[in-house]
Amino acid sequence: MRTTGSRGLRLLAFVGTAALLGTGLSACGDSSGSGDGDTLVFGASAEPKVLDGAFVSDGESMRVVRQIFEGLVTTAPGKTDVQPRLAESWTSSADGRTWTFTLRDGVRFSDGTPLDAKAVCANFDRWYHFTGVRQSPSVSYYWSTVFGGFAKNEDASLPKSLYSSCAPGSGRVAVIELTRPSAAFLSALTLPSFSIASPAALEKYKADEVSGQEQSPRFTGTFGTEHPIGTGPYVLRSWERGNQLVLERNESYWGQRARIKNVVVKAIPDGGARLQSLLSGGIDGYDLVDPADVKTLEDKGLQLLDRPAFNIGYVGLNQSTPLLKNLKVRQAIAHAIDRERLVKNNYPEGTLVAQEFMPPGVFGYADDVVKYEYDPAEARRLLAQAGVTSPKIEFWYPTDVSRPYLPDPAAVYQLVKGDLEKVGFSVQARSAPWTPEYLDSVQSGKAQMYLLGWAADFGDPDNFIGTFFQKSMPEWGFRNPELAGMLDRAEATTEQDERIAAYEAANRKIMELLPGVPFVHTRQSLAFRSEVRGFVPSPVQNEDFATVTLTTK
Amino acid sequence: MRPARPARAVRPTCPARSERPPSHGGGTVLRFVARRLAQLVPILLGLSLLLFFWVRSLPGGPAAALLGERATPEKVAQINRLYGMDRPLWEQYLDFLGRALRLDLGVSRMTERPVTEELLSRFPATVELAIVAIVFAVGIGVPLGYLAARRHLTWVDNLAVAGSLVGVAIPVFFLGFLLKYLFAVRLGWLPPDGRQSPRLFVDHPTGFYVLDGLLRGDPASSWDALRHLVLPGIALGTIPLAIITRITRASVLDVLHKDYVRTAEAKGLTRTLVSRRHVLRNALLPVLTVTGLQVGLLLSGAVLTETVFAFPGVGSFLVDAIAARDYAVIQGFILVIAVIVVTVNLLVDAGYGLIDPRVRLR
Repeated sequence: MRTTGSRGLRLLAFVGTAALLGTGLSACGDSSGSGDGDTLVFGASAEPKVLDGAFVSDGESMRVVRQIFEGLVTTAPGKTDVQPRLAESWTSSADGRTWTFTLRDGVRFSDGTPLDAKAVCANFDRWYHFTGVRQSPSVSYYWSTVFGGFAKNEDASLPKSLYSSCAPGSGRVAVIELTRPSAAFLSALTLPSFSIASPAALEKYKADEVSGQEQSPRFTGTFGTEHPIGTGPYVLRSWERGNQLVLERNESYWGQRARIKNVVVKAIPDGGARLQSLLSGGIDGYDLVDPADVKTLEDKGLQLLDRPAFNIGYVGLNQSTPLLKNLKVRQAIAHAIDRERLVKNNYPEGTLVAQEFMPPGVFGYADDVVKYEYDPAEARRLLAQAGVTSPKIEFWYPTDVSRPYLPDPAAVYQLVKGDLEKVGFSVQARSAPWTPEYLDSVQSGKAQMYLLGWAADFGDPDNFIGTFFQKSMPEWGFRNPELAGMLDRAEATTEQDERIAAYEAANRKIMELLPGVPFVHTRQSLAFRSEVRGFVPSPVQNEDFATVTLTTK
Repeated sequence: MRPARPARAVRPTCPARSERPPSHGGGTVLRFVARRLAQLVPILLGLSLLLFFWVRSLPGGPAAALLGERATPEKVAQINRLYGMDRPLWEQYLDFLGRALRLDLGVSRMTERPVTEELLSRFPATVELAIVAIVFAVGIGVPLGYLAARRHLTWVDNLAVAGSLVGVAIPVFFLGFLLKYLFAVRLGWLPPDGRQSPRLFVDHPTGFYVLDGLLRGDPASSWDALRHLVLPGIALGTIPLAIITRITRASVLDVLHKDYVRTAEAKGLTRTLVSRRHVLRNALLPVLTVTGLQVGLLLSGAVLTETVFAFPGVGSFLVDAIAARDYAVIQGFILVIAVIVVTVNLLVDAGYGLIDPRVRLR
């Protein structure tokens, strides 16, 4: 027995030593240290889906598309103002239906072909002539959102297209005709979905080739996965799905060349995992910092960059419910909620309390909307006036989710619930996982009162209040032709001063109608190592890696 | 009186198994395998039916999940019409079955890529991870279990039993988080996530990163990939390690008390020889069975481990697919995992003949 025992102990010692040695050896073999001035590793929250701008609507695909492609116009760094990119200037006709873009001279796609008016029109015509699965809102979301329909709509629910035609004028001039006036058109063109791709590459790499059965179509071309050819400051070096995507500097870029040679985009879906990766030097920066991690990042001396608030969080009130159809009840709810406390307790420092359905940075924001101050006595008085005694309400909040405007839905729910109960409401909790149950319940009009929000895609009021109220939606449960008409006219006006006035009026009207209680505009943060410089956060996430530098340790 | 001939006179009973391949002749083995494969057909058919209706009974649908806040009833209806999701369920099921028989698992609505392609590109990651986890579990579990049995009721045994209890009880995601925090964030010994250091720009033709490095003649990148496998491998392998330790210990204890072991020892055979020929060989049969069963557990554990370590394998993709109600991916992935689990168990059964001569003789 003795022999066995000592052998056993030796075995145990061997296992332990091997384990220690293993980790020790791995430490010696670490070759992935940070500080390579030629490569920036960025932690994204998901993998891009595809790198063809026409087919993307998710932030992570758009982030990469923005580095490889450029549109006719873009937003100013850190702002939402429209400024030139591939078009050096543009004019619109008095009726707002004809837009003439003059292109920058001497720009070439990374495959060497020239950017000219023909190439621009080829792109617009490509999008307009999408058929089959390419008309799906899950595929060409922004085309259908901005332009409505296609040359030949294959679904009865699609409206007539806003786009009519594009004519290449002399060399550098492209003339785009719309079927009706739209001022939001120009702001929408800042989206990466409308970036200009090389027509030669689109054809060569079969960007639009779809195969498979009717109910199970699949894209077979390699344009969006292997050969995305644009004019941007970076080109795709490699993309190994599931691992990482590598961008390389476009050495023949027409403008200021990118400072960093390689940008690696690595998907780390979990926010906590992104934080740990930054702390351990695995990545140089990441997006969508969890507000709870801000202190840790600051304590460790890492940089936090804030995006200007460009979203809205609100308590939705569905007027298809008899109780909420009553304006006085809705006003009572607005007065009952202590929004200052709600924001102070649940959001990071610097978060704005919302007064209307769009943030102050967007033109058309009205300072003089009806404000609903926290006043429980007034709330009780309004309920009494409405003749409602002990009102019962179902209040929905999502689980398993953290949105920029709703980092902790359950906590927000608890505070609002408490406020409502103080003035006499009896609140019944309803919760569901964010997607798809919760969104499904809200969007189908099933939820009476709910927490929701919106992060806009481009800097135009149409993308906030136009999205919410231009068409009647089940989640609001009301139809107001006057408001819809105001928003239609505001969208069509091309005179900027008139648009501002029109949207201000619409905002005043909305807050009188009180379809919900807006309560927050949050900032989103990105975190970087202190060596990373030159990254400019954009409210619409139009962020360029080309200006970033990385100082070596 | 002549003593009875040791060892041979004793016919130890085999550990209970539901079915084992009679191995005296290639034809019989083939028949056994063929019968088992034939049994697979109704299993998979039933599973596909359950899966198909289960994923569709989840509230919401892929359209709403894809569009998020941006979903409007019109857009949701348009997507449903376009992808035939408004057709009767039985029609959709027959369609799915017809395609699955041709090894076409459909197209992922999340990525618009064929499910088989998604599977093939992500499977190597999970396989590498599972191999490391099983090597870790068997490599430590078997010696530890053996040692605990040999040192029965000593501190070594108590430690192994207590450790295996903790190992079974600890949630995988918590252990993963703990390991990562300690070894990646605090000590910086090992990488926190992923499969390869992002600054190593290397190609991966086979998708098995460790193998790819060796094939390219670049052991440094294989080493880098291995280092990425250590923490998730330990996290994933801990529960199997605990189970294997316990089974080995129990099995060795059982065998140690058998007459043939005592007889072998009485014959004057060395302890090593007795251990190798008589104890371990017999005791490892249930361990092999349990290890085979762990494969299913490993694949389900991979879902959590891969999420914690941002490890881009099948598990993390399945999590995304469930959130996105990507029916084709959920069905395809689970079906393939089912085939793997059944196949591994078949291999375990077939492998019995290799380590158990009694089975071969029957």
